[in-house]
Amino acid sequence: MLVPIRWLKEYVEIPVSVEELAHRLTMAGVEVASIEKIPSGEVDWKDIIVGQIVAVERHPNADRLSIAKVNCGDGVLTSVTGAPNIKVGMKDLKVAVAKLGARIMNAYATEPTTPVTIQVQAATLRGVDSQVVLCSEKELGLSDDHTDVMLLEKDATVGAALVDLLGDQVLEIELTPNLGRCLSVIGIAREVAALTGSKLHIKSPKWKTSDEPSEGQAKIEILDDALCPRYSAALIKGVKIKEAPFWMRYRLMLAGMRPINSIVDISNYVMLEWGQPLHAFDYDKLVGRAGGKHPGIIIRRAQAGEKLVTLDKIERQLTDEMLMICDEKGPIALAGVMGGLETEVSGSTKNILLESANFHAINNRKTAMALLLPSEASQRYTRGVPPESTELGAMRAADLMRQISRGTIARGLLDVYPKPRQPKIISLPIREVKRLLGIEMSAKEISEILKRLEFKSRKVKENLEVSVPYYRLDVEIPADLIEEVARVIGYDRLPSTLMSDRLPPQKRNRSQEMEERVRDLLAGMGLTEVVNYSLTNLASLSKLDPSGKMASGAFVELANPISTERSVMRSTLMNGLLESVAVNQRHQDHIGIFEVGRIFLSNPESHDGLPDEPRRIGIALAGSQEEASWTEPSQFVDFYALTGAIEALFSRLGLSKAVHISTQHPTFHPGRSAEIRLGNLKLGVLGEAHPEVAAKFDLRGRVYLAELDLETLIAHATEIKCYEPLPRFPGIRQDIAVVVDLNLPAKRIEDLIRREGGELLRELTLFDVYEGKPLPDGKKSLAYALDYRADERTLKDEEAQAIHLRIQSAVEKELSAQVRGAGG
Amino acid sequence: MNNLAELEMSIGVIAAEGRAAIEKAGSPDECEQLRVALLGRKGRVTTLFAEMRNFSDGDRPKAGLLLNQLRGQLESQLEAKGTELSSARLQDQLIAEGIDVTLPGRPAHLGHLHIITQTLREIYAIFQQMGYQIVQTPEVETDEMNFQLLNFPPDHPAREMQSTFLTKQEGVILRTHTSPGQIRVMRENCPEPVRAILPGKCYRYEQITPRSEIQFEQVEGIAVGEQITMADLKGVLTEFARQMFGDATKIKLRGSYFPFTEPSIEVDVTCILCKGKGCRICKGSGWLEILGSGMVHPVVLKNGGYDPEKYSGFAFGMGPARIAMLKYQIEDIRLLLGNDLRFLKQF
Repeated sequence: MLVPIRWLKEYVEIPVSVEELAHRLTMAGVEVASIEKIPSGEVDWKDIIVGQIVAVERHPNADRLSIAKVNCGDGVLTSVTGAPNIKVGMKDLKVAVAKLGARIMNAYATEPTTPVTIQVQAATLRGVDSQVVLCSEKELGLSDDHTDVMLLEKDATVGAALVDLLGDQVLEIELTPNLGRCLSVIGIAREVAALTGSKLHIKSPKWKTSDEPSEGQAKIEILDDALCPRYSAALIKGVKIKEAPFWMRYRLMLAGMRPINSIVDISNYVMLEWGQPLHAFDYDKLVGRAGGKHPGIIIRRAQAGEKLVTLDKIERQLTDEMLMICDEKGPIALAGVMGGLETEVSGSTKNILLESANFHAINNRKTAMALLLPSEASQRYTRGVPPESTELGAMRAADLMRQISRGTIARGLLDVYPKPRQPKIISLPIREVKRLLGIEMSAKEISEILKRLEFKSRKVKENLEVSVPYYRLDVEIPADLIEEVARVIGYDRLPSTLMSDRLPPQKRNRSQEMEERVRDLLAGMGLTEVVNYSLTNLASLSKLDPSGKMASGAFVELANPISTERSVMRSTLMNGLLESVAVNQRHQDHIGIFEVGRIFLSNPESHDGLPDEPRRIGIALAGSQEEASWTEPSQFVDFYALTGAIEALFSRLGLSKAVHISTQHPTFHPGRSAEIRLGNLKLGVLGEAHPEVAAKFDLRGRVYLAELDLETLIAHATEIKCYEPLPRFPGIRQDIAVVVDLNLPAKRIEDLIRREGGELLRELTLFDVYEGKPLPDGKKSLAYALDYRADERTLKDEEAQAIHLRIQSAVEKELSAQVRGAGG
Repeated sequence: MNNLAELEMSIGVIAAEGRAAIEKAGSPDECEQLRVALLGRKGRVTTLFAEMRNFSDGDRPKAGLLLNQLRGQLESQLEAKGTELSSARLQDQLIAEGIDVTLPGRPAHLGHLHIITQTLREIYAIFQQMGYQIVQTPEVETDEMNFQLLNFPPDHPAREMQSTFLTKQEGVILRTHTSPGQIRVMRENCPEPVRAILPGKCYRYEQITPRSEIQFEQVEGIAVGEQITMADLKGVLTEFARQMFGDATKIKLRGSYFPFTEPSIEVDVTCILCKGKGCRICKGSGWLEILGSGMVHPVVLKNGGYDPEKYSGFAFGMGPARIAMLKYQIEDIRLLLGNDLRFLKQF
């Protein structure tokens, strides 16, 4: 909403500076986004004055140019102009004259390099001296229009500084959806009065009508009074359609609307003034449609199959959701959205049926949105227009049409208002102010503040009975009145207090703490946290399976994606992580990243239709083992870098019992993938990305990837229950090297050693894995250090030796292994 | 030998020769050899001690005294020389062991938490010490929770403030704000008082630009009880701003509108960069808009299970992304989900 200050001042005194006013409005919730100065900062209108054209002559050497003689108050000066609205023989026009040295906008500044403004200089155009410039709107910095010279008010004083006539400031106000009442200059004036304590000068519209009654000349019938609570219309006869007066056009322009003709401009002007949208029908066209009889206006929903060609010449398909203004022949306008082309006011219109109606906010919004027709009218209806204002708007506009367009108003408003609204009265307990705002206020103080906003109140026992002004559709409950009180006194006047209310019992959120702990542990291992979009797409997800198979149905898909790239909620973290690896491989050798976030799995069983949102942990490693350093040779990450990180994580979460076993998973290298299990529970998968998967994600080299289920991890994580005492007696260490088949999993050897070692075997550490010469082909050697120890005594060598031999023979027998270097 | 004069002469000779030899010694080994030659079992001093039995009873004490003096002298000379020699050797060794201390260290492998995680943790810490509990609520929500129960009727224009991603399931959407968590946490705790913060991802149907994202983190706060006022809200937010942005930080409350709070306010804090003087970041105003807030709307309290005539509460919502962007002067929000390690490793 653009509000020119001079216009605003017509209804309210402004006792403070415009900046201060903007500040107060903003603090009270009516946000002034900017103050536009007229003229703008680029031109200051210095040396631009009101001039009167005394004569226009033909240019002797150019057909397109003419020579205007302009009385500037201190003499008559010459201007050579090519403006089409300055024609030979014209006189008495008032124009804006830029004198020598004045700075005006450069109308031909099309390139970024050309200066935005220029200074008026004496020039000779085709042999004729031009001393001044007759300015276009563009040259004055008012609009982009450079066709015509801007014509000023006829009674403007010759020689007066233009800035005194047209200088202004315009508030650009951003309105939240509750501020429908501020979509009018009068609405803003009421706010100004309340916030500055100054007086309002709003005159209730009056009109002068003829003796001819309107009744009988048109009949109004509302068939759906839920969608159209009130429909008023005035009949104005014998109008002459021409240009609206300068002052009105100028105000419309400053308020951001393009002047069209006096009838349309008056409708728009009154809408901006009072907030009541209006629509003018050509009455004779309605009579024509009615076959020469008095027209009947019917307000009803569209019927299936009905169509209407709107003002913009587009044929609209109507649905029965849409409220229409119709006559007996069919629709003539989309109620509160756009008029129909057929009954539109044209240059030859003589008689006007002026609609001033009230339409249902949400229905109006739905229609405007369905047809993609956001209009000034619809903007107001969707935020709520009070039914009381149909009468005010109709009277005000009709009377302006009488004065400006020389019409006569038929006596009486045609008005259908089936269920007049009862005045709203809210009972406000006085203690509510203290209870909600925390400040003590007397009934009198509250009542006085409300009075500034035109709320009347009366104390009844412990309450104030507050009657709400008709235009305050947003105020319905006591809390709304509390807000009014608070914003008028100013939120900055509220004290800051410490909460005195009872502190609720404090509970820890262990699940969230664990999530944060996982992040800390992974970052502690040198991994960097990434956050991906939760929104992905099926094509990206299907890259995780080179065979192209991808389960369907479990996804949460968007009905209105912003792009195909972000159309499905992720069901895994893996594709996002691989994309992050690819992005970083362009400039990083070492990549170690993780993400902790939710995935989304649709759950047909959920009672509210919501998907499951389990949290997952994703890890990806690629490139060199560590960041490049002179201290160690660079090594590539491998499978064991990934399992090492995961083992460390599990150990810190008290999940040391988890194991990883070889598995098959489409995303992974079949020989380098594992599933992590805790008993029968699956905790996650990990491995080297399958070369075909890596290729689909444009990855370089081998990439290692894991996805773990955080929810299961948290559910089974254990805290340390009891510490283990430090050993009091020495132990015995013995090594064993086992030569086995190359494909025998190490886990089987370890399990066997532990089984045979029993409780005296306290530690088992693999310290070497070897294959190649001198070992035979197809064999590998694994060397373990075994620590034997008893808690309550010094273990004897013989005891350790006995166990060690038992292990040796079991390994030899059960794994067909060869044992080397049975040390001790 | 049996007279003192002769003894004194011998002592003089040994003392002079001994001192000269000790001074000349070049290594701890030589010192040891000298010690043996002088003070060892067959050393020259020891031999003189043996002569004492030839002395008269009258002279013997004096002879003993002289010999003890000599022994003491030589011992301390040897010790001094030994210390001098070993410390010189250590010195040489240390010099030889010198390294280039200016070479960069062996990297310690520490990762980085995402800047949003770090910002969230700062927010958590401040509110947890004020007795707020962290509660996580769903990212995919029902229209009812996200809008209707928060006093946004269907097709209400206020919904335009939050363009929504719809799922293919009727009535199921991506939450546009963390506020539906208000209803969930109230229903969970009613009739007990509530103090909670609800962090999480939210989604809005918007063009992705340097200033707007379709996915962002939000932190909702809510307190409900029998004596909670807007002055309390101001107190809590003042404290939050002070701890988050520094002791001198002030807050400013501006009227605003949200369907689920009444009264509704926007909260500005003094610009963290210029401290209120006016700069590029705050566009000269000295203030930065940081969060939306208000007293929980009676309809919302009722939907949460509380009697709005008896209970009251406040709620607020803030964006950690905005806070982080202001704090670190990040000008493009897209960096936050871009996952470029060159960006992430700066924090």
